[in-house]
Amino acid sequence: MTDKEQAQKQIDTVNNSNSKTVKKLLLVVIAMFGFGFALVPLYDVFCDITGLNGKTNTTAASYEASAVDTSRLIKVQFITRNAKGIPWKFEPVLNEVNVHPGEIKVVSFYAKNNALHDIIGQAVPSVSPGLAANYFHKIECFCFTQQPLKASEDVEMALQFYVDLDLPEDINTLTLSYTLYDITEKSS
Amino acid sequence: MTTDVIEQDSHDEHHDDSHEHGKMTGIKRWLYTTNHKDIGTLYLWFAFIMFLTGGAMAMVIRAELFQPGLQLVEPDFFNQLTTVHGLIMVFGAIMPAFTGFANWMLPMMLGAPDMALPRMNNWSFWILPFAFAILLGSFFMESGAPNFGWTFYAPLSTTYSNGSTAFFVFAVHIMGISSIMGAINIVVTIMNLRAPGMTYMKMPLFVWTFFITAYLLIAVMPVLAGVVTMLLTDTYFGTSFFDAAGGGDPVMFQHIFWFFGHPEVYIMILPAFGIVSTIIPAFSRKRLFGYSSMVYATSSIALLSFIVWAHHMFTTGMPLFGELFFMYCTMLIAVPTGVKVFNWVATMWRGSLSFETPMLFSIAFVILFTIGGFSGLMLAMTPVDFQYHDTYFVVAHFHYVLVTGSLFSIYAGAYYWLPKWTGHMYNDTLSKWHFWCSLISVNLLFFPMHFLGLAGMPRRIPDYALQFADFNKWVSIGGFAFGLSQLIFLAVVIKCIRGGEKAPAKPWDGAIGLEWTVASPAPYHTFSTPPPQKDIDNADQHEH
Repeated sequence: MTDKEQAQKQIDTVNNSNSKTVKKLLLVVIAMFGFGFALVPLYDVFCDITGLNGKTNTTAASYEASAVDTSRLIKVQFITRNAKGIPWKFEPVLNEVNVHPGEIKVVSFYAKNNALHDIIGQAVPSVSPGLAANYFHKIECFCFTQQPLKASEDVEMALQFYVDLDLPEDINTLTLSYTLYDITEKSS
Repeated sequence: MTTDVIEQDSHDEHHDDSHEHGKMTGIKRWLYTTNHKDIGTLYLWFAFIMFLTGGAMAMVIRAELFQPGLQLVEPDFFNQLTTVHGLIMVFGAIMPAFTGFANWMLPMMLGAPDMALPRMNNWSFWILPFAFAILLGSFFMESGAPNFGWTFYAPLSTTYSNGSTAFFVFAVHIMGISSIMGAINIVVTIMNLRAPGMTYMKMPLFVWTFFITAYLLIAVMPVLAGVVTMLLTDTYFGTSFFDAAGGGDPVMFQHIFWFFGHPEVYIMILPAFGIVSTIIPAFSRKRLFGYSSMVYATSSIALLSFIVWAHHMFTTGMPLFGELFFMYCTMLIAVPTGVKVFNWVATMWRGSLSFETPMLFSIAFVILFTIGGFSGLMLAMTPVDFQYHDTYFVVAHFHYVLVTGSLFSIYAGAYYWLPKWTGHMYNDTLSKWHFWCSLISVNLLFFPMHFLGLAGMPRRIPDYALQFADFNKWVSIGGFAFGLSQLIFLAVVIKCIRGGEKAPAKPWDGAIGLEWTVASPAPYHTFSTPPPQKDIDNADQHEH
C-alpha cells in the first residue's frame, strides 16, 4: 500500500466515524424535539397526580363516596371572572356554600349575554389551593360543554359536586374559580 | 479584507497541505469558506456587531429611565427594545461569540487540522445573519418588533401579540438550527479529531467546557424549537397548547420554556469557565488547581441544570413540595460552582502573578461572577423570591452573571488569543483603559439595581415611582459610560489587526496548550500532521 492510499484510508475512517456520530446526535435532536411536545401530555399527567395548578376533572365524575362525614364542614367559595373581550354578565347565584365531605351539592351560576350578537362561551374551572383539586369532584358542570347564548339571552347553569372524604385535614376552605372565554371564533 | 491567496478546502487532493491551491479572494473568501479560523473570525465579528446593536438598544432604555416619566419613547416601543435587547444579547452576541472561540481554538487545542464538518460549519454561520435580519427587520414593519419580553410568555405572545410572533418564531427557528449545527460540529470534532495520544482527561479544560455545552445545546435547543412552534400554531392555526379556553394551560408554557431556559443560561456561562480556567493558570505560572474536579464540577452543573427550571416560576402557585424541591436543587448547584471558584483562587494562591489585560478581566470575572452567583442563591430561596420576583434585583443578578461573567470572559479570551489570531500584540495602554473603564462603569451600572429591586422597582417598565429616581440616574450614567467603554475595545482590535508589535509564537510565558506551538498569526492551516506526543504532554493541564 502506498503512502497515498494509506492516507486516503485514514481519511475514510475518520469520515466514517464522523457520520456515525452525526447520525447519533441527529437522533438526539429529533428525540428532544419530540420530547418538547411529549411534555404537553406529560404535564397533564403530572398535574393529575400532584394536583398541580388546581386542575379539576374535565368530564363528569360518578359519585363514589361511601358515606357523608358530618363531623367536618368545608366552606366552598365561588369566584367568576371574564376573560378579555366577552361582554357577559357571569356570576354565582350563591357566593359560598358549606358542605360535608361526601355530600352532593347543587349550585347554580347565572350568565347573560349583554352583547348585540350571539356568543359561544366556555367556562374554565380552577381550584385553590391546588392540592385540593383532586378532592373536588364535579358530577355535573356547565364547564363540561360550550354555552351558546343569543344576544340578550340569559341562562342559569347548574353545577353538581361533592368533596372527597379524603380531603386533607388542614384544608377547610376551597375556592372554585371560573374564567369565562369567548370561543365563538374557534368553534365556528 | 486582505487579498490572501487561500486554499479551497477539499477532502481529495491533499498531497501537501502547506501548498496553497485554489484562489478565493474578497467577499467570496468569506461566503464560501470552510476554514475554521475564517468561520471563527466571522462568528466573532458578527457577535461584536450584534453586541453593539443590542447595546445601542440598552442605551435608549437607560436614557428613557434616566428620570421618571416618559421622555423619549412610547411604552410599547420600550417593550420592543427590552425584548429585542435580550434576544440579541443572548442569541446574537454571547452564544455566537463562544461559537467563534470554539471554531478558532478547538482544532488548534486538539491538534486537529480543522473542524470535523467544515461545510456544515459554513452553513451554521451563514444562516445566522438571516435570523437577525428577520428579527431586526420587524422593527420596520407595521406590527413593530416583538414586545412580549425575551421569555415570550403565552398569552402575551399569542392572544395579545402585536403581530410580530411569526417573525419572532422563524428567527428563533433559524438561530436554533444554527446553534444545533454548531454544537454537533463541536461534539464530532472533539470525539473524532483529537490528536493521537490526547485522551479525554488530557484535553484542556476549555475543550471540556465546550464539549459539555455542546451537549446541553443539542438537548435543549430542539425543545425551544418545539415551544416556539406551539406558540406559532396557537397564534395562527387555532391550536390550544397554551390557551385555557381550548383546554390548554398558559403555565405549561413557562414549564416548557424554562426547561430550555435554565440549561440555556449554563450554555452561556460554562464556556466562560473554560476560558478563565485557561487564562488564570497562564498568568499565575502554575498548573490549574484540581483539573479533574473542574471536569466533574462542570458536568454536574450541566446535569443539575435540567432539574431546576421551576425556580423561575416560584410565584405561579406550586405545591409546597415542588417549591422545596426546586429550591434545594438550585442551591445544590452552588456546590460545584463553589468548587470552581475555589479552584481558581487556589490556582492563583502562591503563584507568581502578573496582571496583563486577560488576567485582569479573568480576576474581575471570578469576583463579579461570584457576586452574581450569590444574588442567584438569594433568588433561589422560595420565600424571599416572592419579594424579588420580577424586580430589578433579577435584572442586577443576570447582568452580573452575563456581563461581568460571560462578556468579561469573552474579553479575557479575546485579549489572550488576539496575538495568536492577528500576529500582533494589542495596544496595552488602550486595553488597560478598556478594562478599568468597563470595570468601574459596569458596577455603577448594575450594582445599584440590587437596591432598586429590593425597594420594589419592577422590571420591564418604562416609568417608575419618584423614590427610585436617584439610583436610576446613577445607573444610567454607568450605562452610558459602559457603552462608550466598549468602543475602546473596537479600537484596540482594529489597531491590533492593522499592526503593532510583532507577536511571538508564545507571547505569554506561563501559557500552555498546543495553540502556542504554532506560529503567530496562526497559519491558515495548522496541524495537517498531528502534533508530537511531547507537545501533547506539555499541554496537559494537570498539576505535576
